[in-house]
Amino acid sequence: MGFDQYHEPPEELPEQTRTFARLCASLTEEAEAIGWYEQRLAVERDPEAAAIMSDAVGEEYKHFSMDLEFLLRKTPKWREIARGVLFQEGDVVEHGEAAEAAADDGTDGDAPGAGSAVEGVAGGDGSLGIGSLRGEGL
Amino acid sequence: MSNHLLREHAPITEQGWKLIDEEARERLLPGLAARRLVDFSGPRGWEHSATNLGRVERANVSELKGVEANRREVLPLIELRSRFQVSRAELRAGDRGAEDVDFADLDVAAQRIVEAENTAVFHSWRKAGIEGIASSSPHPAIVRKKNFDEYPGCVARAVELLLRNGIEGPYGVALGSEDYTSVVETAEHGGYPLLDHLRKITGGPLVWAPGVKGAIVLSLRGGDFAFDCGEDLSVGYESHDADSVSLYIEESYSFRVLTPEAAVAIVAPKGR
Repeated sequence: MGFDQYHEPPEELPEQTRTFARLCASLTEEAEAIGWYEQRLAVERDPEAAAIMSDAVGEEYKHFSMDLEFLLRKTPKWREIARGVLFQEGDVVEHGEAAEAAADDGTDGDAPGAGSAVEGVAGGDGSLGIGSLRGEGL
Repeated sequence: MSNHLLREHAPITEQGWKLIDEEARERLLPGLAARRLVDFSGPRGWEHSATNLGRVERANVSELKGVEANRREVLPLIELRSRFQVSRAELRAGDRGAEDVDFADLDVAAQRIVEAENTAVFHSWRKAGIEGIASSSPHPAIVRKKNFDEYPGCVARAVELLLRNGIEGPYGVALGSEDYTSVVETAEHGGYPLLDHLRKITGGPLVWAPGVKGAIVLSLRGGDFAFDCGEDLSVGYESHDADSVSLYIEESYSFRVLTPEAAVAIVAPKGR
């Protein structure tokens, strides 16, 4: 098992950022698994095997959704953009551009642990995005 | 996006909100000790009203024969709100790019809410239904000496007491303002910083906890202390006149001690 999810030296990263990176890695793995099952189901002729794989991919949908929800809860700006894109009727790209424009107030990035998860604009949800600070201290 | 904070009704520009939110974060973050030491879940949103305890009241409230009725026990969330005012002239200065906008009242409000959160979690807030960590602990408090040179002995005794009760580490320490200052300032014999010594004993962080009296050593293994967040710390709008805008910092949460044995208090000697 490697530690490929870290792009920077892990010992220099706050605990929250390490957790965030783990969940990002998990999200990627779930998305990969969904893609693999999609391909397997496309070629499988045995209905019993296909039923099992159909059931299995449901688990991956659930895992992906839970990972995503966790990450969105930790990242207010991402959450705001996602809110404008997910489960909306109509043009996906248009929704994406509009959601990004609405959320983009020119603040720096809002990576967890970086201490800048500010949604400081009227029209944002008003949360200061502080959440858990677990493990931080002297 | 409109919500109960009504920010869009405030006569405040995007730049103004950015400055206010940044100032609030800056003032809140250093002192939020509970969030550094206990299990934090959420935020679950403003609509989240109570924490599930998985229990029912034993009194049968049914008035019908043959039907039993028991009410569920829940722990209601407490809403904290700390009001402050911002001068509209100062906000206009911020819009012009002033770098020294006066947010003194916001700073006081932030400190109030930090102390309220810490006091509730680490001591107690009975009217709010919150039994805190120190008041729940069955262990006798360790009385420190006046001299902080002997502080590591107190922390080591606290850790040993936890270990003896099967409470594993790592451990963290919530240091009230007086203890924090003394710990940071003190060097032991040979010049070794007291802070480094304490960190070696606990294996976890030492945290500034304004509102805490003395200090509290607690396990960070998880599953012992539960902070259930409804609305995370947010800034909302209340009213305005020609000169100023009335705003508030708000949050909602409940707190439960699941393992009372997982913490030990350190208190100052009497008669100082």
